[in-house]
Amino acid sequence: MNSLVRQFLITDADRETERSSELTNEDRPSDALWGSQAGFGHLVEGHAFNIPAVPDPSAFLRLHTDDHADPNCKIKIQHGTTTLAFRFQGGVIVAVDSRATAGSYIASGTVKKVIEINPYLLGTMAGGAADCQYWETYLGIQCRLHELRNRERISVAAASKYLSNLVYSYKGMGLSMGTMICGWDKTGPTIFYVDSDGSRLKGDLFSVGSGSTFAYGVLDQGYRWDMTDEEAQELGRRSIYAAGHRDAFSGNTCNLYHVKEDGWKFIGNYDITKLHYDGPGAVPGAPGGGYGYDVRTDSRFSTLSEPVAA
Amino acid sequence: MPDMSAIVNPQQRQFNPYAENGGTILAIAGADFTVIAGDTRQSEGYSIQTRYAPKVFRLTDRAVLAVNGFAADGNMFVKKVKQRLEWYRHAHAKDMPLRAIARLIQTMLYAQRFFPYYVYNILGGIEEDGTGAVYSFDPVGSYERETCRAAGAAQSLVQPFLDNQIYFKNQTAAQGSPHPAHLPLPDVLSIVIDSFTSATERHIEVGDGLEMYIVLARGRTLPDAVAGLRPQELPSAGGEKVFVLKRDLKKD
Repeated sequence: MNSLVRQFLITDADRETERSSELTNEDRPSDALWGSQAGFGHLVEGHAFNIPAVPDPSAFLRLHTDDHADPNCKIKIQHGTTTLAFRFQGGVIVAVDSRATAGSYIASGTVKKVIEINPYLLGTMAGGAADCQYWETYLGIQCRLHELRNRERISVAAASKYLSNLVYSYKGMGLSMGTMICGWDKTGPTIFYVDSDGSRLKGDLFSVGSGSTFAYGVLDQGYRWDMTDEEAQELGRRSIYAAGHRDAFSGNTCNLYHVKEDGWKFIGNYDITKLHYDGPGAVPGAPGGGYGYDVRTDSRFSTLSEPVAA
Repeated sequence: MPDMSAIVNPQQRQFNPYAENGGTILAIAGADFTVIAGDTRQSEGYSIQTRYAPKVFRLTDRAVLAVNGFAADGNMFVKKVKQRLEWYRHAHAKDMPLRAIARLIQTMLYAQRFFPYYVYNILGGIEEDGTGAVYSFDPVGSYERETCRAAGAAQSLVQPFLDNQIYFKNQTAAQGSPHPAHLPLPDVLSIVIDSFTSATERHIEVGDGLEMYIVLARGRTLPDAVAGLRPQELPSAGGEKVFVLKRDLKKD
């Protein structure tokens, strides 16, 4: 792992243990393959990541995995997403779709794009599914270690910076993530946008992914700081519906989370087709009826059963 | 006169360590069982290399792994997963639970993030709570627990059929009789067999043979309709049971 990051993470107690056990860097089992080595760590070959022995490893990776440049490439990494998160008076709302595409094939319609890092932290998934899943799980481990070392929960700022520094150390090697780290800490509800280019931004409102423009359209016109919890949840749901409806790479279902002072809570899973025709059902904050169908067909212009004048 | 064109014209070379070996794999979880299946044809381009190359492997008494994509990577990956599971047995004197195997496979795949295994994995078996489970992976380790999943050459033929028959997608239940959450084993087996015979009819890389692994939860026995098919029972330490059922597929 990044030696710079480690340098600032390790406490005096760690250094003491390290000195006493006389472990060199080479002897320590690689921590990219975390999990119990069951005392067989020395048998797990080499270091964290295996790199192909070619002059330009990232060009090799791109050649075989980048389906934008070459739709016939063999290894298709899952892409396409709409995710959003916003801060308001009652906490943080996180809403995502659940579609994963490989080229034009819908590889899955049931992806969990909200990663539950710990009871107070959520991460969203856009870009490479494995990159987000793996590194945000890894972030969860580091957040727990922070709690054990410092006897207090990690702040959202620190957690997001840990992730940001980590992906920055792999810059140019082909990682692809656009994520929002959302949580509640001493400073209140917080969102940080972190991506694999190295950006890390604090803000009130973000949307990431191919459907983000559609989500922003609905989000921006409906957003107010003093929304009620129900209004905010409805806005998140309605925004993901809009993206699912207009972006071919987003859709299937919407997963909705609400972060409050006592941690996050899963609000529900909503079928986007059902939202179009019937709405979210008996949910507080919803106006009742479908988001898309009724409002269009009720108007005279698009009524299909308009009587034809003889 | 030597051919000078090779010297004059620019040349490009690429390191291409991957091949596509065709075939299809499939897994369906029931309430207290899981079926993991794969065809046995291995091909490269339009040539059939062999008619019997297994793609489904038993890992433990309650876990079965199916691999598809590049056969050399797949076989090596299965070998390394089995090795890690053996180390776990030596250290902990028990088999690794299914959900832990799933996470192990994620970290093993992600360790090759910059030189990926060209392998699509489907892990099936029985969870510690006795329920049937299927985990599906992408080549670099993103994974998800599901009820059913098809992967490989005929994925796009088989998965829509499964969506309709297992998840009852685009089907409306009759009044007063909702769709079942899980199908019984005989129904699942017929869906698996139909999936592969149909894929064989329409996909050139699928055929020759079909291997279906059935993992039964602790204390469950095969229904008579399935026992009549005479599946082979694999030796296990008791508890969960694993059976293999083989069928011929068309060879043209």
